[in-house]
Amino acid sequence: MNGLLVLIPVALGLGLIGLAAFFWSLRGGQFDDLDGAALRIFVEDEEEDAR
Amino acid sequence: MTEAAALLVERDFAVPDIRCAGCIAKLEQGLVRDRRIAAARVNFTEKRVHISCTLDAETPELIGAFSLLGFEAHPIGDGPAEVDGGASDSRALLRAVAVAGFAMMNIMLLSVSVWSGASGATRDLFHWLSAAIALPTVAYAGRSFFRSAWRAVRHGRTNMDVPISIGVLIATALSLYETATHGPHAYFDGVVMLLFFLLCGRWLDSVMRDRARGGVTALLRNMGTGAMVVGADETSRWVDATALEPGMVMLVAAGERLAADGVVAGGASRIDLSLLTGESAPREARLGDPVHAGTLNIEAPIRVRVTAAGADTAIADIARLMGEAAQGKSRYVRIADRAARYYAPAVHTLALLAFAGWMVAGAGWHHSLLIAVAVLIITCPCALGLAVPAAQIVAAGTLMRVGVLVKDGSALERLADVDRAMIDKTGTLTLGRPVATNLDEADATVRALLLALARASRHPLSEALTRDLTAAGVTPLAVEAIRETPGFGVEAEWEGRRVTLGRPAQPTTDSALATQLAIDGAPALTVRFADALRPDAADTIAALRQADVAPSILSGDRAAAVAPVARSLGLTAQTGMSPQDKLAAIARQTAAGHRVLMIGDGLNDGPALAAGHASIAPGSASDAGKNAADCIFLGDRLMPVVQAIRVARRTQAIVRQNFALAIGYNIIAVPLAFMGYVTPLVAAIAMSGSSLIVVGNALRLKGAAR
Repeated sequence: MNGLLVLIPVALGLGLIGLAAFFWSLRGGQFDDLDGAALRIFVEDEEEDAR
Repeated sequence: MTEAAALLVERDFAVPDIRCAGCIAKLEQGLVRDRRIAAARVNFTEKRVHISCTLDAETPELIGAFSLLGFEAHPIGDGPAEVDGGASDSRALLRAVAVAGFAMMNIMLLSVSVWSGASGATRDLFHWLSAAIALPTVAYAGRSFFRSAWRAVRHGRTNMDVPISIGVLIATALSLYETATHGPHAYFDGVVMLLFFLLCGRWLDSVMRDRARGGVTALLRNMGTGAMVVGADETSRWVDATALEPGMVMLVAAGERLAADGVVAGGASRIDLSLLTGESAPREARLGDPVHAGTLNIEAPIRVRVTAAGADTAIADIARLMGEAAQGKSRYVRIADRAARYYAPAVHTLALLAFAGWMVAGAGWHHSLLIAVAVLIITCPCALGLAVPAAQIVAAGTLMRVGVLVKDGSALERLADVDRAMIDKTGTLTLGRPVATNLDEADATVRALLLALARASRHPLSEALTRDLTAAGVTPLAVEAIRETPGFGVEAEWEGRRVTLGRPAQPTTDSALATQLAIDGAPALTVRFADALRPDAADTIAALRQADVAPSILSGDRAAAVAPVARSLGLTAQTGMSPQDKLAAIARQTAAGHRVLMIGDGLNDGPALAAGHASIAPGSASDAGKNAADCIFLGDRLMPVVQAIRVARRTQAIVRQNFALAIGYNIIAVPLAFMGYVTPLVAAIAMSGSSLIVVGNALRLKGAAR
């Protein structure tokens, strides 16, 4: 029974962290361009001195 | 730096040709080399580029920066406000899905322990915890259902959201009561799971609409156009279409679309009216001739004095007709709502019957209410809510891969019903652009010379030549000193000889377009152009007939121009039709009980596209046409039209199967609920089981376009 007092808040807390992380990424625009994000891995970053 | 940053403006451009990672890199790294552009960010999904530029950057210069990199860009004017509205809608839904999903997992965790035998104080604790999670979730995630249900009830109607809202609210209230009185069953998990599945369905629906809208926005070409305006002192500046005023003089280059109505004030050219009237032959425009907004100048630069701009143009008349025609379509009731008309009263009657029955049997009000809630929860249209959007989004994805953009789910439903197809000629059955007809007569040297000269010019005929010759695998010869003279053509040096590509020395007898290649002044070849049929037009017509859709032609062009096309395809044709005539033709068919599929591209087809039971426009269509149509197909082939009809019918079949599955599930589950066997555990299994089956069935549409 005592274990529950620890485990339930832990379970809920972890879930809430996940939810908060999702909202944060949503607001940060990470879901705006899903197809583009998959392709950006192929884009080579420009050399620093090109600027 | 901070000073410069303060002076930046944000602009959006639609760039339809973004296809790969290379394009992203090229655009983002190439655009910032331009002095005026501070930052560029590509959105691949929506085929858009968002740039921050300095205030003095004019639209043509920015478009020039894109074309330097080899991309065609179209400014997106005041569109974003509306587009973003749609996107934030589905974002709010996604947030609700996330909240409901989180709550569902945690409540399920607690419920599983209750089901596996927790009792006494532990069970009460778990129920209270569930309540603490479920109540805010219902309040947050259920808002859209409650709001829509309230709207319906207030107007004395009912929709799918009414039984959902009543079920959710009563089940939550009863579970709360059960929890407070240490009862054994609470339905918090069922309530939240219901919301989760339903929100998934709604979110899918919304995503589908957004995706298609993004695609359509990227295709809109004429939005935010403008014109080069010549001032009294011969200086020219770029003026947006919205800021054009009568009296201004526009300089319209060959290959440009007119931004306003006007009269020719200088120069002479030929104007392509095909988007406005459907006429395939270009019309002469000399000094003093009236010309209309949206038409294409194809021969030489002209000056046009604006007589009407914005809402006063000839286009505005057509827009008004379109608005009226579209009202008929808004009366269409979607299949899910039609089902809800019968479903909602049935569910409420059943629940009421269960309550009354158990009361009569002497079970007491508490027990009777518990059973009535079980009936409400089990019959709640969980699978029904997913049945339609799941099938439609899979179908829309399938169609997108074959090059058809579907604007929303109701378009697929309407497309499945059609039994008549009325097809515009210019630009729909035909390609709607000049294609060289006699290139076979030329030898290899002449072809190579043609390509070398044509690719140096942006003139529509040169572009047509470049496209055709490149497609034929011709390699251009090396020429020097290329020079373009507006209104005449291109000339260059080739092995010490002077070669020119331009207007034929003697005007051609008919009104057909032609251009002439001359070497040292001696004509080598006169290339004639005509508007060619789409390569698979005949096959498409045959396939339409096979699909029990009777096709016919509805053209604004002259009978003489339509006849050869109609004869070669074996179609009946109505010719010389104004937009009103096309509307009337559709109204006649509709009155005779037919469902008309309108396929067209021009401005003049806009009202007909809006009035047809369903409508499809090619990607090359006018903006008005693309806005009015339900679907847009890309590329030169016409066959996607038939594929779209096939997929729409398959989708409708799957939707009906899904409904049958949902009803079959109810036939089994409702008697169980009636008899009081449905505990929260049974409800949870039944709901998730039926939803998974429905989604699985919808996934079968993935290969439907083949």
